[in-house]
Amino acid sequence: MTDKPVSRRNLLLYAAGGLGAFVLGGSRWLSSTQWFAQVLDSEEVLTRHAQRWLGALQPNAPEYTKADIDPVFRTNGTTHPDTPAYHKMASHGFRDWRLVVNGLVERPLKLSLRQIRQLPAQTQITRHDCVEGWSCIGQWTGARLSTVLEAARPKANARYVMFFCADRPGLGGQAYYESLAMREAYHPQTILAYKLNGHTLPVPNGAPLRLRVPRQLGYKMAKYLMRIEVVESFSKIAGGHGGYWEDRGYSWYAGI
Amino acid sequence: MAHPKALSQSGQAASDRVYRHNLAVRLMHWVNFVCLVILLMSGLQIFNAHPALYWGKSSHFTQSGFFGTPILSMYAKTNPSGHVIGVTRIGSHTFNTTGWFGLSDNAHGVPQYRAFPHWATLPGPQWLAMGRHWHFFFAWILVANAFAYFLYSLFSGHLKRDLLPTTGELRRLGHSLVQHLFLRFPKGNEALQYNVLQKLAYLFVIFGLGPLIVLTGLTLSPYMDSVFPPLLRIFGGRQSARTLHFICAFSFVGFFIVHMLMVALSGMVDNLRSITTGYRRIAITENKQSK
Repeated sequence: MTDKPVSRRNLLLYAAGGLGAFVLGGSRWLSSTQWFAQVLDSEEVLTRHAQRWLGALQPNAPEYTKADIDPVFRTNGTTHPDTPAYHKMASHGFRDWRLVVNGLVERPLKLSLRQIRQLPAQTQITRHDCVEGWSCIGQWTGARLSTVLEAARPKANARYVMFFCADRPGLGGQAYYESLAMREAYHPQTILAYKLNGHTLPVPNGAPLRLRVPRQLGYKMAKYLMRIEVVESFSKIAGGHGGYWEDRGYSWYAGI
Repeated sequence: MAHPKALSQSGQAASDRVYRHNLAVRLMHWVNFVCLVILLMSGLQIFNAHPALYWGKSSHFTQSGFFGTPILSMYAKTNPSGHVIGVTRIGSHTFNTTGWFGLSDNAHGVPQYRAFPHWATLPGPQWLAMGRHWHFFFAWILVANAFAYFLYSLFSGHLKRDLLPTTGELRRLGHSLVQHLFLRFPKGNEALQYNVLQKLAYLFVIFGLGPLIVLTGLTLSPYMDSVFPPLLRIFGGRQSARTLHFICAFSFVGFFIVHMLMVALSGMVDNLRSITTGYRRIAITENKQSK
């Protein structure tokens, strides 16, 4: 009369087989169910709160030296917005381009590139981290977003700053857009950049104006800016997730 | 099952049924295992989004070369005879890794340009956004589990009793090493404790590799770099940290392989039973009966 080592061995084999089957097939199925995707999404909430708590003192992203600047600043996503309107603006050196600032503000603005260049300038050598995994160091010059927001005076119920762009990455599809919480928008390193490595911002890097948020991943740093809108909620804007890539499954919080 | 001595009374294979691992250790062991499997596979999914590793602060992009100046990269290319092959490049050496790295068949047998093949990543198809959700979700569980384990080990005496080697054990380290090389494993009561090599291996993984993989992972977060900039100095930059994170992950794979080998060689069923149910059988030492 033996014990049941065989059945128990089988049990262990079933368990191992189950895990194997799960990692090969089940994970794909689970990922496409709405409920499990929501369970996984709780990761974003936890990460966001943990990092906000750790960064309560609003520390700065590390800044680098001129020797650290990479010879080529890699471009990703759209490298040339393919719309007649953008082509026309670009051909005139963006003289007709205006940055619209509206939404929940006391004083909506319409700023030319010259007006933005006249605002107090800030230059910072920071690292750009793409969600794909690579990093690139460049020197950025621009005006603090907080300067522009203070001029527009956000209303009391303002919670997010939306950025609407000239490019449509998905061939005739949705225009690129992004959003930041007020806390990140007012951070001193969050700038509207018009220069890269001392030169006028090249078209592949987002001319005439792009956002730099060095404590977040690259997809937050909207290029080809056209309009800034201050809102209370972005749930009714485009896909409702606060950004072009966010509408395609990426986390709204991109500090990691 | 209720009569642990039943078999020994029969006088044949004298063995005893003893309690080896308590519930807390067993639970944390398996949570850890599930987390590590998912973290490895979702990590490979994330790696596939930019299958190149670098050393330093950035990826050093230049005018030429898609990956800048990596120390390791995986990609597909057309060889002189016109065939597309999967290539792994380490330093200036390239290896044909078709079928494994750079080019492999997907679940339907269709060749794809992928660094790691579909069966090694989670989810299987290329899906960076979802891979990141899996990775960070299970990273939180892993860290919570590790934290619980540290507290437990410290306050229950598990660390002192089971894991820290005694000076006597350390003195006999050479002997233990030889025994292992000849695949002679402790039997009877001796098998109820971790041996010195096992203790050192576990300590290295728990207090070395574990914290290292978490810290190198945190260094990849641009926000964490602002909260705690020394991370960048410790690991030599974000891209170095990414490479170290990758090396740590494969060190875990290496540990897993040796761990499985030891489990198999020293009694697969008994070992798996004891880490699952808590109980294992040992030969009764009084009889000096060795198998």
